Amino acid sequence: MLGHHLEREGVATTQISLIREHTAQIAPPRALWVPFELGRPLGPPGNPAFQTSVLLAALALLERAHGPVLADFPDDEPESAAPDVPLACPVGFADAEGELLSAFRAEVAGLRSWYDEAVLQRRRTTADTTGLVPEQVAEFIAAFARGEEPANPLSTVSLGTTLKMASEDLKAYYNESVTAQPGRTTDPISLEDWFWGETAAARVLNEVRKQCLGRDGREYGMLGNLVLVPRRQLHRFD
Amino acid sequence: MARLDRMTPALREHYLNMLEMPCPSFDTNAYVAGPPLTERKVALISTAGLHRRDDRPFALGSSEYRRIPSDTPADALVMSHMSTNYDRTGFQQDWNVVFPLDRLHEMAAAGHIGSVAECHYSFMGATDVFALEPQARDLARTMRAEGVDAALLVPV
Repeated sequence: MLGHHLEREGVATTQISLIREHTAQIAPPRALWVPFELGRPLGPPGNPAFQTSVLLAALALLERAHGPVLADFPDDEPESAAPDVPLACPVGFADAEGELLSAFRAEVAGLRSWYDEAVLQRRRTTADTTGLVPEQVAEFIAAFARGEEPANPLSTVSLGTTLKMASEDLKAYYNESVTAQPGRTTDPISLEDWFWGETAAARVLNEVRKQCLGRDGREYGMLGNLVLVPRRQLHRFD
Repeated sequence: MARLDRMTPALREHYLNMLEMPCPSFDTNAYVAGPPLTERKVALISTAGLHRRDDRPFALGSSEYRRIPSDTPADALVMSHMSTNYDRTGFQQDWNVVFPLDRLHEMAAAGHIGSVAECHYSFMGATDVFALEPQARDLARTMRAEGVDAALLVPV
């Protein structure tokens, strides 16, 4: 649809396609299907040569005389080296048994030095869309897990949207921290399984999800049903 | 991998069901020719819910778009997409995974493309496609006025 309106205005378009079946049905003017994970349209992080090859293939479709065109990128994402060190939080659950929110706070505190290292290495962070520091994000989310309704730190969006943003800030804090550690995997499935399978933070987010399902309003319904816990991880909390 | 044959049956069914969703249809299929790639001004359009940190985040169901100037540094760009069903760890480690602005500047310097547009744009995908349509028309006029003659649409 976007492509159609741009072309009608005289702006030629090409695009990357992540789900071939959807693109084949929509039939945009030009599309390059890539076999990468959802969320990684250019392939793996930190591989400029590979990213450039994807870009060149997508842009080359602009020179096709007739369309619509749906081409396939020929290469899978390059395999990363197997991780030497298993993913783990500095605070093990054996040491942090008991109340979930205490384990959660200890976990957040334990990751802080790796988060600082990550920001130093990358000279950026994506874990602060709410404008809160990680410890404040954790407390904001913990309040929801306790069934409270904390004040909204953002004036431009609803409390529900801020909660969603905070949940992503929290996950970004964990993932940025753990991927800054030497020898850790950057494989998306491994990282997702680690977060949802092994952290107290994930169990707290599931408590928040349950609280949202008990609240009135469409936005909380969507938060509880759709946008706090990924569809493919819900089975862990059945 | 975003291949349906590699997904769990439940996830595969979810994405196949999306094929049944209503989608705008058009009487014509516009397909614009243009100069060689080496002469084109290229802009990015992301659907990752990207915006500058000091810009407004995307709210649930938003069909708006945000402007991202070409001189935006990596540490000023954040993501506030509502979906939780795609990987964000790639973007967290390297923004070019989602928004390949560094690569585009390199390609312009190497002569693969004519130039990089002064401005790029982002929507938040996974929203009502019919609500998106007026915004898409508006953006198309804006990009035309900015002299863009190649747009690369990048989903997540």
